[in-house]
Amino acid sequence: MSNTLLPKLYKTMKRIRTFEERVSELFIKGESAGTMLHLSIGEELGPACVGTAMQENDTFTTHHRGHGIFVARGGDPNRMLAEIAGKKDGYCKGKGGSMHIADMTLGHLGANAIVGGGIPTVVGAAMSYKYLKQERVSVAFFGDGAMQQGILYESMNMASLWKLPVVFCCINNQYGMGTKIENAVGVKDFSKRAESFGLNTLHINDLDVESAYHKSKEIIDSARKFKPGFIEIECYRFYGHARMDKSPYRDESEESEKRKLDPISFASNQMIKNNILDEADIKKIDNDIMIEMDKAMEFAINSPINEETEIFKDVYSENDPLPVSLDEKINKILNN
Amino acid sequence: MSNLNQNYFEKITYRDALRLAMHDAMQEDKNIIIMGEDVANYGGAYGATKDLLKLFGKERVIDTPISEPAIVGAAVGAAMSGLRPVAELMYVDFFGMSMDQIANQLAKIRYMFGGQISAPMVLRTQGGTGRSGGAQHSQSLESWIMHTPGLFLSMPAKPNDAYHLLRHALKIDNPTIFIEHKLLYNTTGTLDKNDIGAPFGKANILRKGKDVSIISYSRMINYAEKAAEILEKENISAEVIDLRTLYPLDRETIITSVNKTKRALVLSESYYTSSVPSEITSIIFENCYKVLKKPVIRYTAEDTPVPVAPNLEKNYIPTIEKIVEYTKKVCN
Ligand SMILES: Cc1ncc(C[n+]2csc(CCOP(=O)(O)OP(=O)(O)O)c2C)c(N)n1
Ligand SMILES: [Mg+2]
Repeated sequence: MSNTLLPKLYKTMKRIRTFEERVSELFIKGESAGTMLHLSIGEELGPACVGTAMQENDTFTTHHRGHGIFVARGGDPNRMLAEIAGKKDGYCKGKGGSMHIADMTLGHLGANAIVGGGIPTVVGAAMSYKYLKQERVSVAFFGDGAMQQGILYESMNMASLWKLPVVFCCINNQYGMGTKIENAVGVKDFSKRAESFGLNTLHINDLDVESAYHKSKEIIDSARKFKPGFIEIECYRFYGHARMDKSPYRDESEESEKRKLDPISFASNQMIKNNILDEADIKKIDNDIMIEMDKAMEFAINSPINEETEIFKDVYSENDPLPVSLDEKINKILNN
Repeated sequence: MSNLNQNYFEKITYRDALRLAMHDAMQEDKNIIIMGEDVANYGGAYGATKDLLKLFGKERVIDTPISEPAIVGAAVGAAMSGLRPVAELMYVDFFGMSMDQIANQLAKIRYMFGGQISAPMVLRTQGGTGRSGGAQHSQSLESWIMHTPGLFLSMPAKPNDAYHLLRHALKIDNPTIFIEHKLLYNTTGTLDKNDIGAPFGKANILRKGKDVSIISYSRMINYAEKAAEILEKENISAEVIDLRTLYPLDRETIITSVNKTKRALVLSESYYTSSVPSEITSIIFENCYKVLKKPVIRYTAEDTPVPVAPNLEKNYIPTIEKIVEYTKKVCN
C-alpha cells in the first residue's frame, strides 16, 4: 500500500474541484471576465490520471474546459484565477482569459475556444521533438464534441503516418453544450475511429483513478517510443455548459443519478477502505486546499487591471513597432 | 413571442423578430429547414431559434454535430437540391474553419456552373464584442464576406429590419450571409409586418442631418444615434445612415448624403484595415471628392485581436464619447 499514488491523485482531483468552485465564486462576486467559464466539476479523473502520467517536459493543449488539466499539470492557481479575472498578473496578462490560458514554461501550449482548434498543435510539437531528438510527448485534450471535427482525423493520420510522440485525449462528458452525445454521433465507439488510424487506444469508463493512471501511463510511454495513442475518458459534466447555463435540456433526475458517479468521493472511500488515509487525514488535505484556493481568489481580486496600452502589445514581436492606435491615426488625419 | 399572428409589435426584441421571421417563413415555405449546433433542443446559443423545434419538428429544426465545414457544405448541397436551409454558425469566428465552403463553394456555385443552379440559403451567425469572449469569439468579420463576390450580406441593427431582411433573404435566389450581433438580441424596437420592409440594398436614413453623415450598420448604429443626440445639443446636425445590407450596398444614399453634408464618419466594430469602412470611405472619396470639406474618418475597432480583460475590451471598440469627439473635429 505504501507506494500507492491514490493520495496524490485524490489531492489533484480535489484541487481541481476546489479551484473550479472558486472560479464560480469569482463570477458571483462579479470579478470574472465574462461568463464564458467552463468548469470541469465531475470530470476531474481524466486530467488527474493523464496529467500525472505525463512527464515534466511533456506538453499539451486543451479545449475550452481546460482549467482542470492545467491545475493537474502544475498551473499556479493564483495566476490562473487572475487570468480568468482578466487581470494583469494572469498567465496571459488577462488578454486570453479562461478559454485561452497558456504557459510555455509548464508546457501548456494553449487552451482553445475553437472546438478542435488545439489538436493539430500537438502534431507539430511532436514533429519538433522528434526532429530535435527531445524525449517529449505532446498531448491534446479535447471534448467529445471535437470528435466530430474533421481536423482531428487529419491530425490522427499525420501522427500515425509520421510515428509521432502524440496522445489524443478525449474527455467525453456526454454533452456538447445542450446536445447529448447520442444526437451528435452515428457510432459512439470512439476507440474504433482511432484504431483505424493505427493508434494505441484506451477507453476509461470507471471511477478508479489509480488504475486509470497506470493505463494512461502505458499509452503515454508508448507514444514516447513513437507509437501515438488515443485515450477516451468517459465522465459527466455535473453542471451547466458555461457558468450561466442551467441545463434545462436534461432531466434533474439524470443529473442527480450521474452526480453520484463522483471520482473524488470514490477515491476518498477507496483510501479509507484500504487504510491508506483516514477521514481526519483527508479532511486535513481538503482544508489545506481550501486555504490555498481562497488565497488564490484573493490574489486574483487584488491583482491590478491592465494599462490601456496593453491592447497594442503582443500583436507582433517586441522588436517591431506597436500597432498605431486609432486615436493616433484619426487625430493625425484630422490635425492635418 | 405570445401572439405569433399579430401584425404589429410596439416593442419586440431583436431576438424575437428573428424567431418570428423564421417562424413565418417556415409556415409559408415548407422546404425551409434550420440546421446548426444547438439550434433545436437548446433553441440556439443566443435563443434565436427557441421553440421552433416544438412548432416544426425535428425534421425541419435540426441539431448538428460540431462540424462547421460540413454544416455549411451540407446546407449548400441541400440548397442545390430543393431545400432552403437556414444554417447557423454559433459564432462568426467559425468562418475561420468554414471559409472554404462559404467562399469557394457557396459563393461560386452559380457562376462556375454557368448559371445552371443557385444555392438559395441563409447562413445566420453572430459576432461582436461585449462578453469578454476573447480573440476567438468576438470578431466582426463581415469584410471577409464583402470581399467575396456571389454572396448577399445583411447586418441589420433594428428588429423591424431583422425581421424583413430575413424574410426577404428566404425568398430570393441568392445565398445570404446574415450577421447578427451578440449584444443586439436583447435590444427592442417596433415591428410592423405590413411594412414594405427593408429591401436588400436600401439603406435607412435614421436621422436627417445637414452637417455630417455618420454611416454605419449593426450594433454601432445604436452608438451613432446616441452620439447624434449629444451632437445635436452642441448644434451639430448629424445624418445617421443605417446601411442594413452590405451587399447589395446602397451607394446612392451614401453619396447623396455626403454630397449634402460634405463631411463623413464611417463607423464599425470591425478591424480598421481592409474593412467595410475602408470600402465605404473609398466610395465617398471617389464620388464626393469635390465637395468634401474634411477627410472621411473611419472609426472602427483597433487593429489587434480582441482582448478578454473587460477594461481593455471596452475601449477596444468605438465609444460614444469618441464618436462625438471625432465628429466634432470633422465638423470643425
Ligand atoms: C468550432 C467551434 N464550434 C462551436 C463552438 C461553440 N461551442 C463551445 S463549447 C461547445 C461544446 C463543446 O463540446 P465538447 O467538445 O464535448 O466539450 P465540453 O464543453 O463538453 O467540455 C460548443 C458547441 C466553438 N467554441 N468552436
Ligand atoms: Mg462534451
